[in-house]
Amino acid sequence: MALDLKEMFSDFKNGLWAENPIIRLVIGMCPTLAVTNTTENGLAMGLATSFVLISSEIVISLIKKLIPANVRIPSYILIIATFVTFVDYFLKAFYPGIAESLSIFVPLIVVNCLILGRQEAFASQHSTPRAIADGVGMGLGFTWVLVLLGAIREFFGMGSIFGLTLLGEWYRPMVIMVLPAGAFITLGILVGIMNYISREGK
Amino acid sequence: MEEFTQILLLFISTVLINNFILVRFLGICPFLGVSKQVETAFSMGLATTFVMTLTAAATWLINTFILEALNLPFLQYVSFIIVIASLVQFVEMFIKKTSPVLYKALGIFLPLITTNCAILGLALLIPLNGYSFIASVVFGFGAGVGFTLAIVLMAGLREKLEFGDVPGVLKGVPVTLIIAGIMAMAFMGFSGLISM
Repeated sequence: MALDLKEMFSDFKNGLWAENPIIRLVIGMCPTLAVTNTTENGLAMGLATSFVLISSEIVISLIKKLIPANVRIPSYILIIATFVTFVDYFLKAFYPGIAESLSIFVPLIVVNCLILGRQEAFASQHSTPRAIADGVGMGLGFTWVLVLLGAIREFFGMGSIFGLTLLGEWYRPMVIMVLPAGAFITLGILVGIMNYISREGK
Repeated sequence: MEEFTQILLLFISTVLINNFILVRFLGICPFLGVSKQVETAFSMGLATTFVMTLTAAATWLINTFILEALNLPFLQYVSFIIVIASLVQFVEMFIKKTSPVLYKALGIFLPLITTNCAILGLALLIPLNGYSFIASVVFGFGAGVGFTLAIVLMAGLREKLEFGDVPGVLKGVPVTLIIAGIMAMAFMGFSGLISM
């Protein structure tokens, strides 16, 4: 099994922009909208999801030949659920504040279509090193959109980023931005802008 | 009587105030994916409501009599997802046998319900809120009705939007998200309806 660095790099790059899970593939929307009311939550969710994605891609690409095709989906879900339980207990033990604000969206990583989708589309067909590259790329692609979305919503909704107040007393926060309605509208506009940028580039 | 009022309030608040899609952000994938036509959206809503009600009952029983009784909370996620997956499979076989017409109408949506995060979210919210068995079933049914309401409304709007003049870059997902945002704002109006 020769390591093809060029191939790995293109797998990695793929997730960042060309096949970005949120902007291009529009999967994994529930956590994207729900937990991005602050930058910190967006980052934590992105990292937690990336960890689960990368670990399960490693395991599944290693044992892909042992899993019978008929029961592959339940097997993938079981592997994913195990890693999610791990992340959930880790967050509860070391970062109780974050675990509290992400609430049920940590366990819901199990049914994030991004993770199951990558196992089915990538890890089950490629070698482990390439699966790692894919997992890291997709994970980062997911995380940066979440952080950006969280930053925009926190900035307009509370006048701060990462909890640091940037706008002074004079700023009257747009509360709508941290409420559900703001999540939908911000993401809608963001995807529109990204579409515009990638169209200009062509 | 007192209990009945409580249950009714729980139902209304699950459907309108804490709408699964627009307020809790659960089940966004089918909401964006299967909301192009009113008819399919309604079928999807129907199937989801059915599975949600059953899931609420099944996971309550498992959580109370197996996981809590044996002190195995760390198996919660794994066991819930297995219950949901097998429940969906079971419902699929049952409908196929008893009503082929309905089975045909639901088609591919039925198996896809397994990965709808609204279902697992529902299963996780029940122990979190400490509902009784009856309250759990009502909660599941209400969540399904709320889901159907939101997805059918969205499909109706999108059917009209086909004829609208949407700027090129906003076509498809972006404009759907913005509409969802406006719908979420409208649903915020319900929040003063009852205080629980």
